[in-house]
Amino acid sequence: MSNKINYSMSLAKPDALGINNTQKIALAIGVIGLFIMALALFNTDFPNKPLFLTLSLASIIGGVVLYSREAYLTKTEGIKNDGVWFKSISSRGILGWILGVVLTTFYIVLYFFPEYLGLGTNGEPNTGLIALFDPLNQLLSGRNASQWFVYGVLYTVAILAFGYKYILKYRHNRYQQLRTGSVMFFQLGFAFLIPEFMYVMNNKLPYYDLKSIWPLNYYIFDEWSVKGFLSAGNIGLALLIFGLLSIFVITPILTYKYGKRWYCSWVCGCGGLAETAGDPFRQLSSKKMYAWKIERWLIHTVLVFSVVMTVAMVYSYLGYDKNDFWLTRDVFISLVIGLLTVVFVATLYFKKEELGKDAKLGAIGYAVIIALLLIMHFTGTTDHLFFIKSGTLRSAYGLYIGSIFSGVIGTGFYPILGNRSWCRFGCPMAAILGFQQRLFSKFRITTNGGQCISCGNCSNSCEMGIDVRAYAQKGENIVRSSCVGCGVCSAVCPRGVLKLENDTMKGRINPTEVLLGNDVDLMDLLNNK
Amino acid sequence: MEHIAIIGNGISGVTLARHIRKNSDNKITIISGETDYFFSRTALMYIYMGHMKFEHTKPYEDWFWEKNRIGLKRGVVTQVNTQTKTLYLSDGETLTYDKLVVATGSKPNKFGWPGQDLKGVMGMYHKQDLDNLETYAPNNKVCKRAVIVGGGLIGIEMAEMLSSRSIPVTFLVREHSFWNGVLPSGESEMINRHIKNHHIDLRLATNLKEIKSDEKGQVKSVIIEETGEEIPCQVVGLTAGVTPNIEFLKDSGIALGRGVKVNRFLETNIPDVYAIGDCAEQHEAIGNRRPIEAVWYTGRMMGEVLAQTICGNRMEYKPGHWFNSAKFLDIEYQTYGWVFSDRNKTEYEQHFHWKHSDDTKCITVAYNKDTHQFLGINTFGIRMRHEVFDRWLTENKTLDYVMKHLPEANFDPEFYSKFENEILQAYTNQFQTV
Repeated sequence: MSNKINYSMSLAKPDALGINNTQKIALAIGVIGLFIMALALFNTDFPNKPLFLTLSLASIIGGVVLYSREAYLTKTEGIKNDGVWFKSISSRGILGWILGVVLTTFYIVLYFFPEYLGLGTNGEPNTGLIALFDPLNQLLSGRNASQWFVYGVLYTVAILAFGYKYILKYRHNRYQQLRTGSVMFFQLGFAFLIPEFMYVMNNKLPYYDLKSIWPLNYYIFDEWSVKGFLSAGNIGLALLIFGLLSIFVITPILTYKYGKRWYCSWVCGCGGLAETAGDPFRQLSSKKMYAWKIERWLIHTVLVFSVVMTVAMVYSYLGYDKNDFWLTRDVFISLVIGLLTVVFVATLYFKKEELGKDAKLGAIGYAVIIALLLIMHFTGTTDHLFFIKSGTLRSAYGLYIGSIFSGVIGTGFYPILGNRSWCRFGCPMAAILGFQQRLFSKFRITTNGGQCISCGNCSNSCEMGIDVRAYAQKGENIVRSSCVGCGVCSAVCPRGVLKLENDTMKGRINPTEVLLGNDVDLMDLLNNK
Repeated sequence: MEHIAIIGNGISGVTLARHIRKNSDNKITIISGETDYFFSRTALMYIYMGHMKFEHTKPYEDWFWEKNRIGLKRGVVTQVNTQTKTLYLSDGETLTYDKLVVATGSKPNKFGWPGQDLKGVMGMYHKQDLDNLETYAPNNKVCKRAVIVGGGLIGIEMAEMLSSRSIPVTFLVREHSFWNGVLPSGESEMINRHIKNHHIDLRLATNLKEIKSDEKGQVKSVIIEETGEEIPCQVVGLTAGVTPNIEFLKDSGIALGRGVKVNRFLETNIPDVYAIGDCAEQHEAIGNRRPIEAVWYTGRMMGEVLAQTICGNRMEYKPGHWFNSAKFLDIEYQTYGWVFSDRNKTEYEQHFHWKHSDDTKCITVAYNKDTHQFLGINTFGIRMRHEVFDRWLTENKTLDYVMKHLPEANFDPEFYSKFENEILQAYTNQFQTV
């Protein structure tokens, strides 16, 4: 688009912004930290692992901290997005693609070939990168590291270091600071430390991140997981009950009061990484109509799949005999169908008007789930679902959705599809919360009368690909199931037009005939149409 | 089915076209010499700053126009024959219409400065201005310094743009304080300090005398009138206001003043010819508004109203209470109702001013000193709710009422520090003795 005559013959267009010497030093420090890990990856056996691990992690964090301080504290408080579309890394340039490939490759190795990272198989000790993390895991829970521990540490480090950067970037905005502090806290405490300590206290407990709720935590009702909980005594049972309460009680109440943002941008780990390390890529999400169409089909398909898969999993290990356990297959399948029917009928009854055309799609989705479940129940032999073993279905879900979609594509493609492509296109939890948010939440983004100048900063920075401007320039409240309430549209608006609000359900959806500013007799206008 | 020709694809023309399509089946053609598709010119600055790309400034995707049967024509209208209802384009083409709407907007003012047409001298209004700036100021090696002439909203935006690429900026402002023809002195002075905090070389009470050229016809330096100082620079931004862009109508028989003369129904002296947006001039000013208002939202409103008229529901243009907003580097500004500068204040208008100690937030409330009626409010660094002030202005609330109910109008994001108590405290202290 640029008509610039490029005197410098540079390939970048226009000229990328330079970085100063302090930032160069910061980059060097960070890269040295990464280099130590790279050496470990290539099987360098460091003589003093605790020292080198500390050195590596400290350099990475220190580099990011120093770089961010130089980037933001040297300027006045306020929105500083200068050059995001010029920088190679944040505009799908060469660096962006390289980063995308590196991340994706890392995820593939992590999920499918952990032995390449040095995971000891058949009781052999760890080597390489994973061995480098052994001392830390020994310190926390007295066992050697696994690839998931390595990943957990790196994930947490990324959220903490880039969270700090984000807090500096938005230091004029308390909402952004608190929200980021919250995801940093939940990642460090709930996702990382507490599960380790739980293991120390009771090593029969399966890994359980308390804030990870089904269906995001798709393995919570797997046989091994449930057995793990049940064999761990009262505390395990309590955790299992807490898991169920989170789904059916806590989540709907919080979403009613605050919108799905209480989870997606204050608590969730996937959201946490997207908001902190992924922040430089938020503008890359597509706002085109076709992207929105793909999004709606994809995310709901994943939801249907995850519901059916979970039900099939539980179903397959339940017995037929009442004497065994009160929850038999018949009771269970009736409960599920009953619950889905109640939700579906209630929605149609109370919200038909609001849903409009979506009601039809919802009906199709419901019918598909029920049909699948019934077919499963009546044709299914002991543990077969559509002649596929439900265990196979479960592992297919784990592989394609849990691993490839959420990890490999969701995070690996940050520099290509934007930082929340998993949340936007694939997360079944986001679909459920979004359904609740759209139908019965006090949350909405309001627009300020006639002040919008259609500049498009809001849409540009929406990581969920919502065309915020389309609503703002019409003066309409934004009530979208995909909105995660990150609040950046409001922050970047140069006219103060957008505000995240929790208010009464009344007047939540407000299609306006004429924007504020024009003194038109509205009744006259409507009557004369 | 009539053919409605709209010259200009800015916010006015496009809003008009969209609303005509909502209400009728007329044939619509939008003619523009600037760009193929509508974009939001308020966002031009963000393209240069790298916040957005040009395609992000287009509020509608390119398929939108065909789907809604709004014809787009790239071309420059050079002449209008209102007798034969024909438009003549610069490439020799002609176009006939049943109804014509002039929505050509404005162009930057030039006051006959020597050198004002040199290469490297530009305004910041059109897409072409931005392309120009990208050519002459791609970085701080090609452009070692830029001078901006004119102390208004576009001037400060241009200063911010250039600063974002670390290009040193000298900002020549004719007034003795920034934008003090509009802002009361307390606010204007706060913005002066804010500009200087951004390392912009702000020169107040300074006029441009001349722009000097190098041997290639490009800007070399500017001379300051008061001191005769020569400032070497490669780019000069002329941002001393805008004028309606209507030269091509000179011989058309359409009555012109500074802009296209229109009545309250946005009709010109010629039947079936209308004008909206920046280029329309009211015979009589509406309330305290100026006859020509080069504001984004008034253009939008005129488009909405004229669409009604053209679709058979003849409607008067009735802008409601004045409001506006802007951003001065990092400080957001909103105004509701009328707060006049020290220079333009009537004798009954008095101000209550509060400024936060951090020097980035302040408010000024204007009221009638005799009746204590609330007249308007300016806020800096605090967002306010349009609906609430619109209601209070309609209901003629008193100053006292507004000050006590200020929290109702707050529109800041959640968890922001609130200053209403501090403001109320200052207000009570000041008015206790009155």
